Amino acid sequence: MNYDLAIIGAGPGGYVAAIRARQLGMRVVLIEKDKAGGVCLNWGCIPTKSLIHRAHVFSQLKSTEAWGVRVDTSAFSYQHVHTESRNAAATLSRGVEGLLKKNQVEYLKGKASLKDGRTLILANGKTISAKHIIIATGSRSKSIAGFTIDEDTVLSSQGALSMTRLPQRIVILGAGAIGMEFAYIFSSFGVKVTVVEMAKEILPLEDTQMASFIKTHMSKKGITFATSTIARELKKGKNLSLLLESTYGKEKIVETDAVLVSVGRQPHIEDLGLEKLGVHTKQGCIVTDNYGKTSMDSVYAIGDVKSTAQLAHVASKEGEIAVEHIAGKKNIRIIDPDTIPSAIYCEPQLASFGPSEDALRKKTVKIKKFVFPYQALGKAVATSQTGGMIKLLCAEDTHEVIACHVVGYNATEVIHEVLLAKHSELLAEDLAGMIHAHPTISEAVMEAAKGMQEGAIHI
Amino acid sequence: MAEKLVMVALSPTMEEGVILAWNKKEGDTIVSGDVLCEVETDKTSMEYESNQEGVLLKILRPEGDSAQVGDAIGVIGKKGENITKFLQTISQEQEASVHEASLKDKQNDSMKTDIERKPDTDKLIKASPLARKIAVDKGVSLSNIKGSGPAGRITKKDVEATQQYAVKSVAGIDKDIPLESVRKIIAKRLSESKFNSPHYYVTLSVDMSRVLAARTEVNKSHDKKVGVNAFLIKMVAEALRKHPQVNASWRETFIRQFGSVDIGLAVDRGNGLITPVVRDCVSKGIVVIDKELKTLIEKAGENTLLPEEYSGATFTISNLGSFGIEEFTAIINPPGSAILAIGKTVFTPMCDEQRNVVVRPMMKMTLSSDHRVIDGVLAARFMTSLKAIMEDPIYVLL
Repeated sequence: MNYDLAIIGAGPGGYVAAIRARQLGMRVVLIEKDKAGGVCLNWGCIPTKSLIHRAHVFSQLKSTEAWGVRVDTSAFSYQHVHTESRNAAATLSRGVEGLLKKNQVEYLKGKASLKDGRTLILANGKTISAKHIIIATGSRSKSIAGFTIDEDTVLSSQGALSMTRLPQRIVILGAGAIGMEFAYIFSSFGVKVTVVEMAKEILPLEDTQMASFIKTHMSKKGITFATSTIARELKKGKNLSLLLESTYGKEKIVETDAVLVSVGRQPHIEDLGLEKLGVHTKQGCIVTDNYGKTSMDSVYAIGDVKSTAQLAHVASKEGEIAVEHIAGKKNIRIIDPDTIPSAIYCEPQLASFGPSEDALRKKTVKIKKFVFPYQALGKAVATSQTGGMIKLLCAEDTHEVIACHVVGYNATEVIHEVLLAKHSELLAEDLAGMIHAHPTISEAVMEAAKGMQEGAIHI
Repeated sequence: MAEKLVMVALSPTMEEGVILAWNKKEGDTIVSGDVLCEVETDKTSMEYESNQEGVLLKILRPEGDSAQVGDAIGVIGKKGENITKFLQTISQEQEASVHEASLKDKQNDSMKTDIERKPDTDKLIKASPLARKIAVDKGVSLSNIKGSGPAGRITKKDVEATQQYAVKSVAGIDKDIPLESVRKIIAKRLSESKFNSPHYYVTLSVDMSRVLAARTEVNKSHDKKVGVNAFLIKMVAEALRKHPQVNASWRETFIRQFGSVDIGLAVDRGNGLITPVVRDCVSKGIVVIDKELKTLIEKAGENTLLPEEYSGATFTISNLGSFGIEEFTAIINPPGSAILAIGKTVFTPMCDEQRNVVVRPMMKMTLSSDHRVIDGVLAARFMTSLKAIMEDPIYVLL
């Protein structure tokens, strides 16, 4: 069979690329070894959001006691919580399959590898030829020496999402977005959580002020943090026993029932036959140009297989860009890393784009900062969501939006207005001048933007 | 009772003045009419004569300081009077007015940014707000920039790329020169004239043989040599007498024909241009005109021209002949409706009536006219008359 485009992997990169290619009139085949929607939809973003939502509802139950409502949680069953998360994933995965069908994407199940720049071999020996190939095979959890993942007591995120019963105690290795979301889920359902992070701060990619705000809140929830600390050794006996060593050389042993390894993800590219074809890789990632083209003209790569930010929304965008480039579209806007939003869904939420304040201070560009706290928002006070703030960072001279960091209720939605301003080169004046509905959390955006001029009104 | 001595408007357009020198010092007795100080105004320097009497108790603005019209520059009162309280009041008033002015400035500034954000010519051009701001800050026009954003929108990157190009072509560092008040006035008046009055131009060549011969003749019998400009003024006055419609002014609802021919001559004084005016040129002879002109030019050089000596020209002459300029066009100097630009007299081979080639001293002159007042035919008639007069100056006597 001859195609214009063959895509390996039906995650948020691959399936979006396939639909976009169909919109542009290409004959497309999409090959997936597991389930449509990839890790994001089946073992990442979506099921975790389902769990986080329920964790949030569960942890809010106590708040009704103030008005005389006591909720009986004695029949609480994590198994049912888990089932709901699987249902959400299954519903959306079927949804993706439906979209592929509707768009007439040829959808094949199975493993595929590259024979040459225009030919794929399927596991059943069949070959597929296409004018272009997109590699969108994603990533898997990284493991660390001495912590072999068995998905029984030593878990990857997929193992954690497969658990139908909660452990009493868990140690989470790595305080990135994934680690912090699981810490929130587990601790909300009453698990004793210890988070171990090698860096000085949790969420090391985020603005320090925001990260430490999250840390304070999570500590209040009862989560224990061990930063500047490395997990050295794991001993399996009746219980698990973990040897932790701080960067100052101090050692400590922690007893636990389970360990979650969330120290990052690595590209899933080993069995594609890339080396044989001479497709360039660097440190385990496929090297591409800004449009996703690899060292082979007919082969593109998108998503987690590259060294760009390992986020579903980046993969989708890269998929669209690659397809448009293949289609010969002109003036394609490439991704500016400073306009990629990051979203972490524990409560309080954290959302951001652009460099941290510390990183900006090291650059030569002169920055004006304004921080507006949620306490000064009518909506936040009325709904008891005052723990949060927005930090807006603009160029001192032009008031160009450079970066924004939001922590607190609804942060992952609120960020987009500011991001649109950055993306479209609107100025702080534009954000400040627009009427925002009252009362909303979004008013914080307007207030922070006013802070760039003569000042916010409500602080 | 102590009184404020305030800066007054020493010329019709003065808003602010710099005190060049105080002629009186603290403790001096002042009689009405005494010159208190010398003030540099927008056009010239003037003497400030007091219309108050008493003892100069305090000088509030030392030499070199500037003062807005209405600002207190000193205190006058009785000898030995205690003015401590009075001075406090003055300084409070001053602060209040400075605050008011800065508020006004701020308002103006914010209005300005609003306007600058969407400059007229760039209004229909698609550009991001940031790109517009950078373009305004750097003085780059958006009209020549190709946009790379969605639907061709001009982005920051596009504007900066243009700038880099502009910067590359400059070898030195740009120098920003603060505006003197003279420069501000010139800029304001001339742009008003050029933008408001529809200018058009007619040019003629004049054979200057007879004017030059006449001048040589006149100068033989005079100790002081009569300048070419005096001849030009007289002959222009004569042409204006014949065509009074040219000696007129546009007044929006009517046209005013002036009763007197008052001719201004553009004079360079190093830091800007000024036009001293010779009044009633029709009734004056060339020698008188020359004498008056010389006094005025001298005063212009010293910055001592009085407002009535440099304003209200009904017609203006600008002569760049001595700089070797052959012909040029000038901007009309209001309230007049025409200005005559005089070029260099050049010996040029010409054809005489017998079709012989002869060498003649030829001069090109160009009349800029305000079409609202002077139609083309009128300008042509005026120029033909002027040419006839210049080529046969005896006409002046007729």
